[in-house]
Amino acid sequence: MATVTLKGIEKNYGDVQVIKGVDLSIEDREFCVFVGPSGCGKSTLLRMIAGLEEITAGELLLDGARINDVPPSERGLAMVFQSYALYPHMSVADNMGFSLRLAGASKEERRAKVAEAARILHLDALLDRKPKELSGGQRQRVAIGRAIVRKPKVFLFDEPLSNLDAALRVQMRIELARLHDELAATMIYVTHDQVEAMTMADKIVVLQGGVVEQAGTPLELYHHPRNQFVAGFIGSPKMNFLPAKVTGIEEAGTIVQLASGSVVVIPVRPGNHRIGDEVTLGVRPEHLHLGGTGEISGEVMVVERLGGETFLYTQLDNGPMIIVQADGEIPTGVHERVKIKLDPATCHLFEKNGLAAERIHRHPLAHLRRLPTRKAG
Amino acid sequence: MTITPKLRDRIVYTVIGWAAAGVIFFPIFWMVLTSFKTEVEAIATPPKLFFTPTLENYSTVRERADYVHFAFNSIIVSVGATFLATLIAVPASYAMAFFPGKRTKDLLLWMLSTKMMPAVGVLIPIYLLFRDTGAIDTRWGLTLVYTLMNLPIVVWMLYTFFKEVPKEILEAGRMDGAKPKQEVWMLLMPLSLPGIASTALLSIILCWNEAFWSLNLTTSNAAPLTTFIASFSAPEGLFWAKLSAASTVAIAPILVFGWMSQRQLVRGLTFGAVK
Repeated sequence: MATVTLKGIEKNYGDVQVIKGVDLSIEDREFCVFVGPSGCGKSTLLRMIAGLEEITAGELLLDGARINDVPPSERGLAMVFQSYALYPHMSVADNMGFSLRLAGASKEERRAKVAEAARILHLDALLDRKPKELSGGQRQRVAIGRAIVRKPKVFLFDEPLSNLDAALRVQMRIELARLHDELAATMIYVTHDQVEAMTMADKIVVLQGGVVEQAGTPLELYHHPRNQFVAGFIGSPKMNFLPAKVTGIEEAGTIVQLASGSVVVIPVRPGNHRIGDEVTLGVRPEHLHLGGTGEISGEVMVVERLGGETFLYTQLDNGPMIIVQADGEIPTGVHERVKIKLDPATCHLFEKNGLAAERIHRHPLAHLRRLPTRKAG
Repeated sequence: MTITPKLRDRIVYTVIGWAAAGVIFFPIFWMVLTSFKTEVEAIATPPKLFFTPTLENYSTVRERADYVHFAFNSIIVSVGATFLATLIAVPASYAMAFFPGKRTKDLLLWMLSTKMMPAVGVLIPIYLLFRDTGAIDTRWGLTLVYTLMNLPIVVWMLYTFFKEVPKEILEAGRMDGAKPKQEVWMLLMPLSLPGIASTALLSIILCWNEAFWSLNLTTSNAAPLTTFIASFSAPEGLFWAKLSAASTVAIAPILVFGWMSQRQLVRGLTFGAVK
């Protein structure tokens, strides 16, 4: 059992407030990802949970007990750093067994536990090497191994994959997900990469400017972003935003008119918008289709072909440049004119203050969670 | 062979370098040379470069004073003071390097500024304190003064070396359950061992060569080699050859020591500059 609860957590550096009151509860065995642009405070928040930064105000609870003033060495958490932070003067085995040595474990116990962690991470052959004799991926594994050996209540990861190359990052991502399942432990993971967040998280916490913008399952954030920032941050390529005007409010949704003159009925609740309001229509590139009777049209400026899919950067006749995701096989080229079809069911509506209007239908998978299948041993 | 501008520069710099080294080394060379002359040859004008070397001065020096006693004092006091200074400076530098406050930089500068004050400025108070506490002519008294004398430099150097150790490594140790003492002993010190070694070397050399305090605070019991040398500039007049012989045996151990640890020392002293 390990739950982490944050109540009104704040952090000030002198007069500057970097964390502005975060409330969050992380459940047992949950894989929770803090994501946000650089400088949003996600790493600071993690370091406060670790005990490496002092908490200015608020309460931090581990399994219901307040740990604000417990030193990091006594919190029973393990952390994996972006720079790996291995002990350069120790062998891999000593690196992994250091916490046990500090705890006064016997040599046999240390060897057995290190061997067990090495087996999980395929490090068996490297135990006698020094960190400088390892590749980046191997160092990362040792850093994770060092955390596993401790059997911590909570694993903390601070952008652990950002120093690896793209292929290795994908591989480690899969291994981490597998490890989470195998260890059935609570994990908190910081990244600026929304793909990492989407693929690994049970719960994503989107931070901006020291404030939690939204916390929820990956698909909840994808299908039901609370505001325009979250909508733009989650999903790749970014969601398209089109200016629109509310022309009617019905039971089926809100009727908006685009700059092109076309009218769309978006299935959202009336919320705070009124007829005549300037609003923003949001639609993801993958939900746009090329079609003969398109609501909007424009000229293709850039074509990105990824093989399986093609991104068309299209300058609308009346409006901004938008991205359309199309099939990999389409022959469309630069400067061709295209007509684009909007599917109202996939459109989002953002009011002037940036908040999203609540959708009438919840997405059936929005609550899908991916907790470990095994029980914590 | 044509002399390119690059080659010419190299020649010029090499000559300048050798000349500077020669100027610095000449007094030591002359002292060693003089120690093998007779007293008459030693003060001859023009100075004699070729002569029949004699070991007479060395035997006189040995007869007149107990070299081993002075050398023992020098070793005890230099090593003792270095050990004490390091013992105090390691935790101090650790705190300043990894938990700096608003005034840490000012504190460091202030510590260094005390080295700019002439030592004689505090001679009277320290002498009186020593007299009242019975510390005059004791090894522990001299060790204490040397410790305080070198502390600013030792703190500064260790601070610079500790700054080079990535903060995350210590944080990882903290997450692994290390208490501050273990963090310093098991992670920080092994990682900055070369730096600690060169700091200690410099401190030992500075203590060994220190003359002002040893001359003023010791007479015989705790007197180190600097006092030994001074005792040869006796009231009956200056005996250059014997003085040179005494000086040569006094500096010999530290010269050999310094020569052996040259690499370490240069690395330590130029650490901040080349990185």
